[in-house]
Amino acid sequence: MSLINIKIEGIPYQVESGLTILEAARQCGYDIPSLCTFNHGQCSQGSCRVCLVEATGARGLVASCVYPVAEGMEIRISSPKAVKARRTSVELILSNHNKNCQQCAKNGNCELLHVAKLTGARENVFTGEKTPTTYDEVTPSIIRDTSKCILCGRCVARCQEAHGNGILGFENRGFSTIVAPAGNRSFADSPCLLCGQCVSVCPTGALMEKSEITKIDEAMAAGKHVIVQTAPAVRASLGEEFGMKVGTPVTGKMVAALKRLGFDKVYDTNFGADLTIMEEANELLARIKNGGTLPMITSCSPGWVNYAEYYYGDCVDHLSSCKSPHEMEGAILKSYYAEKNGIDPKDIFVVSIMPCTAKKYEKERPALTTNGLKDVDVVLTTRELGNLIKRSGINFAKLPDEEFDQDLVGTYTGAGVIFGVTGGVMEAALRTAYFALEGKEYGPVNFTEVRGFDGVKEATFVLAGKELKIAVAHGMKNAKPIMDDIRAGKSPYTFIEIMCCPGGCINGGGQSYVRPTLLPNEDLDILDTYMAKRAAALYSEDERQTFRQSHNNPQIQQLYAEYLGEPNSHKAHELLHTTYVSDRVRFK
Amino acid sequence: MKITTSEQLDQVTHNCTECFKNKLDGSDGKRAVVLCGGTGCLSSNSDAITAKFRELTEQYGIADQVTINQVGCFGFCSQGPFVKIFPEDTLYRLVKVEDVEEIVKTDLVEHNIVERLLYVDPSSNEKVQKQDDINFYKKQKRIALHGCGLINAEDINEAMGYGAFKGIQKALTMTPKEVIDEVLASGLRGRGGAGFPTGRKWSFAYANEADQKYVVCNGDEGDPGAFMDRSILEGNPFAVIEGMMIAGYAIGASEGYFYVRAEYPIAVNRLQKAIDQMTEIGMLGDNILGTDFSFRANIRLGAGAFVCGEETALLNSIEGKRGMPRPRPPFPAVKGLWGKPTVVNNVETLACVPYILREGAADFASTGTERSKGTKVFALGGKVNNVGLVEVPMGTTLRELIYDIGGGIPGNKKFKAIQTGGPSGGCLTEEYLDEPIDFDNLVAKGSMMGSGGAIVMDEDNCMVNIAKFYMEFICDESCGKCSPCRIGTKRMLEILTKITDGKGTMEDLDELEELSEAVKSNSLCALGQTASNPIVSTITHFKDEYIAHIVEKRCPAGICKNLMRYEIVKDNCFGCGLCKRQCPVDAISVTDYTAPGKKKPALKIDADKCIKCGMCMASCKFKAIVKK
Amino acid sequence: MQRLSEAAVKQINEICDRHANDKTPLMMILSDIQKEYGYVPVDVQEIVSAKTGISVAEIYGVVTFYSFFSLKPKGKYIIGCCLGTACYVKGAQQIIDKFSDELGIAPGETTEDGMFTIDALRCIGACGIAPAVTINGTVYPKMEVSQVPTVIAEYRSKEA
Ligand SMILES: Cc1cc2nc3c(=O)[nH]c(=O)nc-3n(C[C@H](O)[C@H](O)[C@H](O)COP(=O)(O)O)c2cc1C
Ligand code: SF4
Ligand code: SF4
Ligand code: SF4
Ligand code: SF4
Ligand code: SF4
Ligand code: SF4
Ligand code: SF4
Ligand code: SF4
Ligand code: FES
Ligand code: FES
Ligand code: FES
Repeated sequence: MSLINIKIEGIPYQVESGLTILEAARQCGYDIPSLCTFNHGQCSQGSCRVCLVEATGARGLVASCVYPVAEGMEIRISSPKAVKARRTSVELILSNHNKNCQQCAKNGNCELLHVAKLTGARENVFTGEKTPTTYDEVTPSIIRDTSKCILCGRCVARCQEAHGNGILGFENRGFSTIVAPAGNRSFADSPCLLCGQCVSVCPTGALMEKSEITKIDEAMAAGKHVIVQTAPAVRASLGEEFGMKVGTPVTGKMVAALKRLGFDKVYDTNFGADLTIMEEANELLARIKNGGTLPMITSCSPGWVNYAEYYYGDCVDHLSSCKSPHEMEGAILKSYYAEKNGIDPKDIFVVSIMPCTAKKYEKERPALTTNGLKDVDVVLTTRELGNLIKRSGINFAKLPDEEFDQDLVGTYTGAGVIFGVTGGVMEAALRTAYFALEGKEYGPVNFTEVRGFDGVKEATFVLAGKELKIAVAHGMKNAKPIMDDIRAGKSPYTFIEIMCCPGGCINGGGQSYVRPTLLPNEDLDILDTYMAKRAAALYSEDERQTFRQSHNNPQIQQLYAEYLGEPNSHKAHELLHTTYVSDRVRFK
Repeated sequence: MKITTSEQLDQVTHNCTECFKNKLDGSDGKRAVVLCGGTGCLSSNSDAITAKFRELTEQYGIADQVTINQVGCFGFCSQGPFVKIFPEDTLYRLVKVEDVEEIVKTDLVEHNIVERLLYVDPSSNEKVQKQDDINFYKKQKRIALHGCGLINAEDINEAMGYGAFKGIQKALTMTPKEVIDEVLASGLRGRGGAGFPTGRKWSFAYANEADQKYVVCNGDEGDPGAFMDRSILEGNPFAVIEGMMIAGYAIGASEGYFYVRAEYPIAVNRLQKAIDQMTEIGMLGDNILGTDFSFRANIRLGAGAFVCGEETALLNSIEGKRGMPRPRPPFPAVKGLWGKPTVVNNVETLACVPYILREGAADFASTGTERSKGTKVFALGGKVNNVGLVEVPMGTTLRELIYDIGGGIPGNKKFKAIQTGGPSGGCLTEEYLDEPIDFDNLVAKGSMMGSGGAIVMDEDNCMVNIAKFYMEFICDESCGKCSPCRIGTKRMLEILTKITDGKGTMEDLDELEELSEAVKSNSLCALGQTASNPIVSTITHFKDEYIAHIVEKRCPAGICKNLMRYEIVKDNCFGCGLCKRQCPVDAISVTDYTAPGKKKPALKIDADKCIKCGMCMASCKFKAIVKK
Repeated sequence: MQRLSEAAVKQINEICDRHANDKTPLMMILSDIQKEYGYVPVDVQEIVSAKTGISVAEIYGVVTFYSFFSLKPKGKYIIGCCLGTACYVKGAQQIIDKFSDELGIAPGETTEDGMFTIDALRCIGACGIAPAVTINGTVYPKMEVSQVPTVIAEYRSKEA
């Protein structure tokens, strides 16, 4: 890349050739209002027309997110013509928009409102008919409200990039265009994974998680014993809700906040993760020993389970029968914990704070119940927790660090913490499998081969003289070839970890929004680095733990000793294992 | 038989040329009947007429003395179906199946002319026997339409008898660079609308190294009211393929795609036949004429989206996607079809290319104006006597086009405007009639060349309604990708609808102008960027009509339904009551006024009840009902 | 949703195979299906998706973008009224209005008996004989409002 000379508002700069005007301008310290672009300022669409500037060498105005800089180019961002054009683009968008910002859950993170303010868009200058809209709130996870959609196409691109077989697409033409699952069906009637990746990129309120905050209010008002548990990935992102830098670990403050919100108990889902490892590692060893179905695949990501059921129904027996960690923990809370504390399980209300929208759906699966009771009653996303904290007037930044409740299911290990990032479940399982097979702990503790963000990671370990070939995949696009091999009966692996979201749960669809334009204090390359920053928060918490292997969790040992017996025992199966559907209808 | 060398081609060309010439000048000892087989004439039964000729020549025992040939559009479609008899070159028009017997008997057998089927000049009222003597044809010059209406488009031998493949043959003796220079020297500019110099476009694609390049021929012809590309593809597909091959040779492409509207089945069919015939004799395929140049041509069909005429949308469409335009740059010459360097050229553009190679750049450039060389085909339509396709030298004036060639406005109506450039263009009024037509001059005068649609409007056309018509079209056809066009055109249409409904305000007019400006400057592709041109140009030239709609709630042309009133002129009404019986909503009632000299009292229309169906006016025998 | 017959599935698969060697065959596959069946409903799109690996969302997007592809079956006779400029200035609006009146359906709709669909077309390249109407490919030149009932009757009697 060579350097070229450009001028912005007459001031000379040197930038790399090949950049778009928007990228170059950002590097030079300008931020041109933009809407459809979602990265450093390079857009394949160029469709919102909010980022228009004047540039020499071009006829008229150009969209800075698609137009490349050239040697000697003079760019005017603030010429009257450009300023007016950007304002009109926004005003036109607003004229076909359901402007009820006060009721809109995206308010505060809404990029449309942001550019409306930046461009000085006037209210209701243009008015007229609006595109007929659809409001889909059928699934427990996601609400799609096309009256808020600006057709930026980010969701379409994200779903396609993450999962290959995109669920969302543009439909119709002209003023009737909408973005929807094929046929403008509900997400519930299409093979949507409910992962929420689309929600996390949507600039407006057109795609939102379905909030469940009021259900907690009701449970508390009804005098239930309300227990909250938090998934590992949440702590790596929650701080962002309060303006902290991406990846700031806030475990202690999070616990302090939850305690101030009136929950009866605050636990960590990491305990459930440790329990999952115990069950899963032993399930794997049993399958190897007894000639069970191999490769075995992890099953803790409901987005992935959805994908498996929809597209590889014939292969679901490859999935571990283990429930996901928060479901296991819910089941234990409503059985073991209930017994120990003498509480009627019916009075226990379990709230999971998750980085995930698919978990909202998962908790409704009929198989995830114990004695007719749902293992988990409510799932909130990281963002919803942020809102809950704000609603309660808690000044998050000023909170002291506090500890999770320690009784019964309160301890956890580093292995549980790293569940939140791709490769983490595999690494946690390997730590325990190593111990089970070799009879001693793995010296270096970390299996770094399975870390990082490559789409598919493979490794071979020799455990007790036997070769164990494993793979880790995240994003369904990367899972597909692996599954095709399994279906064709030529998979070389013994054990596979699959997570739905690219990067794993640290990048789940319920995590804080990473919006470069709304995060002026983050680095320009934040979209390239946020996952690594959040992952680092988890790996560092792992390093700080006294126990770093699930089997060393003292309360887990106690749980087996007192209640479950062995891993994979009959009791364990009853509480901690589940079944899958092999003939789920993809389109209704 | 395969043609594998240039010498072989010369030999075949020579034979075909002789044969074709003999057929027309009668040296083969036969008369030739040439019928128009263009879309217009086919729809008026020209197939049945052809069959009838075969049947009757057989019956009259002259089948072996007559050749019968169906060819492409003659251009003068409103007078079709046409039958031409050679060697006399007699032109019969508006021929019906019932007329065939008379032609066979009188002309073919008895060598007399069937006077009643000759064209009658509307101004002099004289009968004209030969095509070239008809005013419609007099000022025309055929370059793009070479061979159209003359050769059988389904017969490669006739094409070769009339100049086909001499262009590519010549090109293959030159270097690609020389070919590009020749096209540059000719001054040829793209006929698809923008008028970009063709040679320049080719040189960009030439300069981009790549393992694969493509030539795409844009036959989407979206301008509603233009049909020159259709006629060329139906009349001489060989020339367009040849033009594509020359482009391919020049830029280094070995594959070409024709993107043709699905609405053009005959064109597609003939194009496919031409490709097949050329492949069969080796003019398409590997090592053409024994050189290193190989070329294949494929057809892709459009599926009913105007925006696919825009080149990047077209490429997306070929790639099986929604036809939404891509941001440019990168231009197709850098990153086009499947990401490879691609030249997109219009049908008419490519049809001019063989001529340039065959006759030389200088010959081509000798026609036309300073910056617009050659000819342009126009689809002359609307309120003009001679409707059809005409190819005239660049620089011809609008007056020549409308009055000399078009024969003026029918019914002695007053000329109001001519719309050029279709939905992206503008209208030009009386004062511009003597302006020469070329790319730059039309733009300077507030319209554009576009693809060559030229729609004449008279005093009965309402310009606000026309602006609304175009905006409706654009609104329907906007791809919906970018917000200014998707939403802005809708808003403009809403305002125009308001105005034509009599609900407009003067503020609406200001808003319309503001929106026009914004949609033009902010849109992603040329569809949006030019969408407001019809509005801007009608406001410029016919502001009074807008004001009449807004302030006086009146449509001066009487077109806008909601501003129209039916009234009974009471002094003309005989009180017969016929209208009253016709009225579906009982809006007509009897008054107590009896006009002088009439026996019964006159009737009147209740404007509040009337739904403007027009039944009463049609039923009144005394023309007592008027539309206001 | 009603599931497709085995024969239909087979035929759709065959159509897909026909274009298997093409780099980007979607448009051609859809054209062929539209031609064969008269429409391309969602369950057919799903088969095409399974066969080609193109997502249903994308196929649906393509089908609804182009006015030639239809999600619903069209009438036996498709009356295409040209509303291109040349036809419009010569009164095409009145022609299509008359067809609408006579058949009691709006443009784009199909009569209840499945006989007629009215489509508004944008120039069929027969501007020289404006206003033009096509019925299943047959072009009616220089249409007049008064001809409309006759033309409809002609097709009705064909069926009777
Ligand atoms: C909305 C729109 C529609 C167009 N339709 C056509 C068309 O139907 N035929 C055509 O040749 N060019 C059409 N064009 C122009 C093409 O984009 C392109 O400029 C042309 O095909 C280039 O060929 P040329 O250089 O030979 O003119 C259209 C452009 C726009 C913006
Ligand atoms: S999406 Fe944004 S602009 Fe629209 S209502 Fe919500 S907050 Fe307001
Ligand atoms: S910003 Fe102004 S309008 Fe909005 S709530 Fe405050 S005072 Fe009211
Ligand atoms: S939730 Fe996930 S699978 Fe569903 S549409 Fe959004 S990104 Fe795609
Ligand atoms: S739903 Fe959201 S992300 Fe998707 S196109 Fe609409 S505004 Fe953009
Ligand atoms: S990867 Fe994590 S956040 Fe994403 S769907 Fe699976 S469990 Fe949810
Ligand atoms: S200007 Fe109109 S047609 Fe062109 S990309 Fe934008 S919406 Fe589509
Ligand atoms: S136009 Fe029609 S509705 Fe009006 S008065 Fe005449 S017949 Fe009656
Ligand atoms: S038909 Fe004519 S003359 Fe007869 S009553 Fe009506 S307006 Fe009068
Ligand atoms: S951000 Fe550039 S066009 Fe949308
Ligand atoms: S179709 Fe016969 S003259 Fe045009
Ligand atoms: S405008 Fe109707 S055929 Fe061209």
